[in-house]
Amino acid sequence: MQFAPLGDSAVMITLGDAIDERTHRLIRAASTRIRGEPPPGFIDLVPAFVSIVVHYDPVAAARGGGGPPYGRVVQFLRERLGGLDVEELDVPRLVEIPVCYGGELGPDLDDVARAHGLTPDEVVALHTEAEYLVYMIGFMPGFAYLGGLPAQIATPRRKTPRTAVPAGTVGIGGQQTGVYPLVSPGGWNLIGRTPVKIFDITRAEPTLLLTGDRVRFRAILRAEFDEATEGA
Amino acid sequence: MTIRVVTGGLQTTVQDLGRPSHQHQGIPGGGAMDRLAMRVGNLLVGNEANAATLETTLIGPTLAFAEEALIAVTGADLEAMVGSTPIPPWHPALLAAGATLRFGRALRGCRAYVAVAGGIDVPAVFGSRSTYLRAEFGGFEGRELHAGDQLAVAESSKLSKRIAASFRATANGHTATVARWSAGASIRTPQADDAIVRLIRGAHTDLLTESSLRALGGSRFRVSASSDRMGYRLDGETLALRAPTELLSEGVTFGTVQLPPAGAPIVLMADRQTTGGYPRIGEVASVDLGTMAQLKPGDQLRFRFVSLEEAQALYLGCEDDLRQAELAIPFHLSRSAS
Repeated sequence: MQFAPLGDSAVMITLGDAIDERTHRLIRAASTRIRGEPPPGFIDLVPAFVSIVVHYDPVAAARGGGGPPYGRVVQFLRERLGGLDVEELDVPRLVEIPVCYGGELGPDLDDVARAHGLTPDEVVALHTEAEYLVYMIGFMPGFAYLGGLPAQIATPRRKTPRTAVPAGTVGIGGQQTGVYPLVSPGGWNLIGRTPVKIFDITRAEPTLLLTGDRVRFRAILRAEFDEATEGA
Repeated sequence: MTIRVVTGGLQTTVQDLGRPSHQHQGIPGGGAMDRLAMRVGNLLVGNEANAATLETTLIGPTLAFAEEALIAVTGADLEAMVGSTPIPPWHPALLAAGATLRFGRALRGCRAYVAVAGGIDVPAVFGSRSTYLRAEFGGFEGRELHAGDQLAVAESSKLSKRIAASFRATANGHTATVARWSAGASIRTPQADDAIVRLIRGAHTDLLTESSLRALGGSRFRVSASSDRMGYRLDGETLALRAPTELLSEGVTFGTVQLPPAGAPIVLMADRQTTGGYPRIGEVASVDLGTMAQLKPGDQLRFRFVSLEEAQALYLGCEDDLRQAELAIPFHLSRSAS
């Protein structure tokens, strides 16, 4: 476990060096412990693949003496994270995301199938049979970095990114798959779209997915997609 | 009380101190770019530090006040005027009902804050009234202000009323009266033509080539035209790492200096992403983020390395200066009354 400053108001805790489930479980266990009893001046923590950034307020961290803020925060975290055990984790949530694959909602499905010598239906079957893990949230509000894409359908990013990918679009970019929470430029292969809002400011919990969640995609017909989006 | 937007200016948004506790959801910290100026504006009009203000950019808006209003313009000098009365930055000013606040040329700096006693009253989204333009939420309908918008202002505090009362006697029916007292030099965002921005070493600073490290620590960089509330791209000597470095995405912060492969560093600003995958060659000391925010495209800066300890001592010192300034307000009021 390594601690390093990220400027004067944050500290980065590094717990591994590669994307794997064990590191991920350590990250989650550490996050749970820190949230359970946060250091003085705690603002937020941002878990990632191999590290956690803890944002803090140096003024609050310095209150009551005991040396410079960074040293106090690190000392607190070190003590808090002693004997870290991945077994203390809660059972992760399983979130099911309905997706209408192909057609105008997933214009690159045929290209992805062709690239691997598969039929579009086979791509959909592989994409829906896998269970994915939310390694981290970042890049844009509610965007989940998912691990677990079957190697048979990993597909390089498109040469020319699109300028506006609609919110809810499901894509494959290299070894990764994910859902665009908001309309944004994007270079992934677009294979479908979900009627579910991945990011919605009107919900108490605006992001559908959080670090540690398990995710499955379920294929739906266009009619079901249209019905779900009409109600929204 | 409402403010009518007559013209919106180049980019005027509602900003407070942002929503830093939602970064785990991928939501940017956001908030005012020059937090010192924004907080001092609130202090001068008797608001809470986190009251929502207007952040204006280079070309300010034109704002019509239906009722009497206590305001302060802080940060950049964008030539604020009410009629023929200049409203100098860093002073409280009392505007009579019907007054119109206009801005002229950008004389110094990039972003001026308009703090109004009571604060701009828009719904809070994730605990903040800040506008996040990219995802179109927060602030006034999630967007920049346009002509015709009507901004509500919340009820002002007792302190605001005392400040307003302290120079109402000298108003003499003028549409605008500027207080004789102002924010002290220690709490004004420093603005120089050749800014020095203090930099704390980052996780990958040591991976820079020797000449790149020297350039980062002393040569001049110019703020490029592709700079906004998300980040500033800097043109100057091309920086390189000793070996290409592949990184996994991880947390970044306000002031993180990223180095994309092309070699032009990017300073992440208020509306930065919560995570990034480029090497981090430094973090701007928080006390100098305001200086950074006041640079406009074409302006120059130099970085100077400071230790983490020095940056945190500066941070605590600045907070102390703000507290002193707040404590001094009653003295200003008693002096202007006599």
